[in-house]
Amino acid sequence: MNPSLALFLQQLLNGLGIGMVYALIALGYTMVYGVLQLINFAHGEVFMVGGYLAITAAVFLTALFAHAPVVLVLTLMFVFSITGCAALGAFVERVAYRPLRGSPKLTALITSIGVSFFLQNAVMLIYGSKEQGLPPVLPDRLFFIGPISFSLMQAVILAVSVSLMIFLTGFVKNTKMGKAMRACAENAEAASLMGISVTRVVRATFVMGSGLAAVAGVLFSLNYESVNFHDGYLAGLKAFTAAVFGGIGSIPGAMIGGVLLGVFEGLGAGYISSGWKDVFAFVLLVVVLIFKPSGILGENIPEKV
Amino acid sequence: MLKLRHVYTRYGKVECLKGVSFAVKEGEIVAILGANGAGKTTILKTISGLIRPTAGEILFRDKSISSASPEAIVRMGVAHVPEGRKIFQRLNVLENLELGAFVRGDSSETRKDMEALFEIFPVLKKRLKQKAGTLSGGEQQMLAIARGLMSRPSVLLLDEPSLGLAPILVSAIYKMIETVHAQGKTIVLVEQNARMALKIAARAYVLEIGEIVLEGNAREIGESPAIQSAYLGGG
Repeated sequence: MNPSLALFLQQLLNGLGIGMVYALIALGYTMVYGVLQLINFAHGEVFMVGGYLAITAAVFLTALFAHAPVVLVLTLMFVFSITGCAALGAFVERVAYRPLRGSPKLTALITSIGVSFFLQNAVMLIYGSKEQGLPPVLPDRLFFIGPISFSLMQAVILAVSVSLMIFLTGFVKNTKMGKAMRACAENAEAASLMGISVTRVVRATFVMGSGLAAVAGVLFSLNYESVNFHDGYLAGLKAFTAAVFGGIGSIPGAMIGGVLLGVFEGLGAGYISSGWKDVFAFVLLVVVLIFKPSGILGENIPEKV
Repeated sequence: MLKLRHVYTRYGKVECLKGVSFAVKEGEIVAILGANGAGKTTILKTISGLIRPTAGEILFRDKSISSASPEAIVRMGVAHVPEGRKIFQRLNVLENLELGAFVRGDSSETRKDMEALFEIFPVLKKRLKQKAGTLSGGEQQMLAIARGLMSRPSVLLLDEPSLGLAPILVSAIYKMIETVHAQGKTIVLVEQNARMALKIAARAYVLEIGEIVLEGNAREIGESPAIQSAYLGGG
C-alpha cells in the first residue's frame, strides 16, 4: 500500500476511536437539549465521574482477585460506572433542574455551570487532585490490516459505541418511551395532553444520557489509562461542539458530529501538529456557527397555520 | 358529566377566568363562543389540567379534577385537542396516533380503534408513514382530532377546529365532528366561528373577558340580537 494512504487511514482510524467517545457524550447533550432546550454543561462532568467510577471498580477488582478474567472486569467496570452515572444524572435533574422548570432558560444554563463546578470539586475532594491511574485491564494487543495497526482497545471502543448507537436509535424509534421522548422534544404541552408524564420523560432522558456518558468515561479511562478531575471539561466542550456540529437536538446528528469531529482532530493531529489538536475542534465549531448554525442535521419545520 | 363551578384562573396578575360556571351533559355538544381573548382556550386548558384554577372547582363524573395532572385527566377520559392542532410534526401519522393511545395498554384494541377512525378520516390511512408536518392544514386538524380520540375519551375538548381552514374544509371537519358525536362522544367545542358551532351544538355559552354573559340552547343563542351583531354579522 502507498505509505501516504496508509498514514491517512491510520489517522482516520485513530480519529474514529476518539470520535466515538465524543459522539457518546454528545448524545447526552443533544437528548437533554431536545426535551428541555437546556445545554447541560454539567454533562462533561458526568462523563468524568464515569471514568473515575470505572477506575475505582477496576482497582477494587484487580486488588481482590488477582486473576479475574478480563471480560468480567470490563463488564463490572461498565455496570458500576453506568449505574453510578445514571443515578447521578437523575439526582442532578431532580435537585438542580426540576425546581427550575418554567424559569428562564438562562437560569437553568447558569445552574448547569454551577453543577459542573460542584462535581469537579467534589471529585477532587474525594479522589485528590492528582490523576487516578487505571491498573492494566486490557492486554496490549495490536492487530494489523496491511500496514494499518489497531489496538484491542480501539476495537473495544468501536464495538461498544456502534452497538450502543444502534440500540439507542432503535429505542428512540420503536419503544413507547422513545416515542414519548420525541413527542416531548417537539411539544411538551401537547405530549402531556397525550397522557405522557413530561417529568418522567425528562428523568429518563437524563438517566440515558448519563449512562451513555458513563460508557464514554469507561472507554476514555481504558484508552488513556488515567482520569483527572478536569478531564470532563475539555471532553464535554468538544462533545458539545460535536452536538452543535451535527445539529443540536438531533440524535443521528450527534453521532455524525462526534465521529466527524474526532476524525477531523485525528487528521489535523496527524498532518499538521498534535499540539494544535484541540484548536481544530473549536475552529470547526466557529466555522459551523458561521455557515450552518443549525448544524448538519439540524432542522427547522415551519409551523403550518 | 362535566361541571365547572365558579372557576377562576390567572396568568400572573391578570385574571383570566372570573368565576366561570357551566355544565355539560353526557352525549351533548356544547359550544363556547366568544371573541379573541375572552378566555375560551383558558377554559379548555383548565379542564385538561394544563392550567390550575386559582379558585372554584371542576367536576368530572362528580369527582373533582381541579388539581389533577393533565396525564391523570386524560386517563379519566377527557381528551383535549389543542388550538393550532399541536400535532407532532417530526413524527409520522401512525406515531402521532400511537401517542394518542399512550395511556392505553391494549395494543390490539388500539389497532381496532385506529381502523375505525380511518372510516371517519380516510385520508389519514393514506398518509400513515408520512411525517405529520407534511400534511395540509385540514389533514393536520383531522389528525389532531383522531389523535385525541385514540385515548378513548368520553369527553372531547375541541379548540377552534376551524382555525385557518378554507370554508369547504371547515364543513368537512364539522361533518366529521358530527360523526364522532353520533358515535357517543360528549363534545365541548370552542369556536370563534359561531355560525358553524351553533349549527351542530345543542347548547352554547357566550364568554366575554372571562365571564359567561349568555347561555342557552343553540337556536336561542343564534337568534339573540347581541350574538347576531357581534359574531354572526347580522342585525
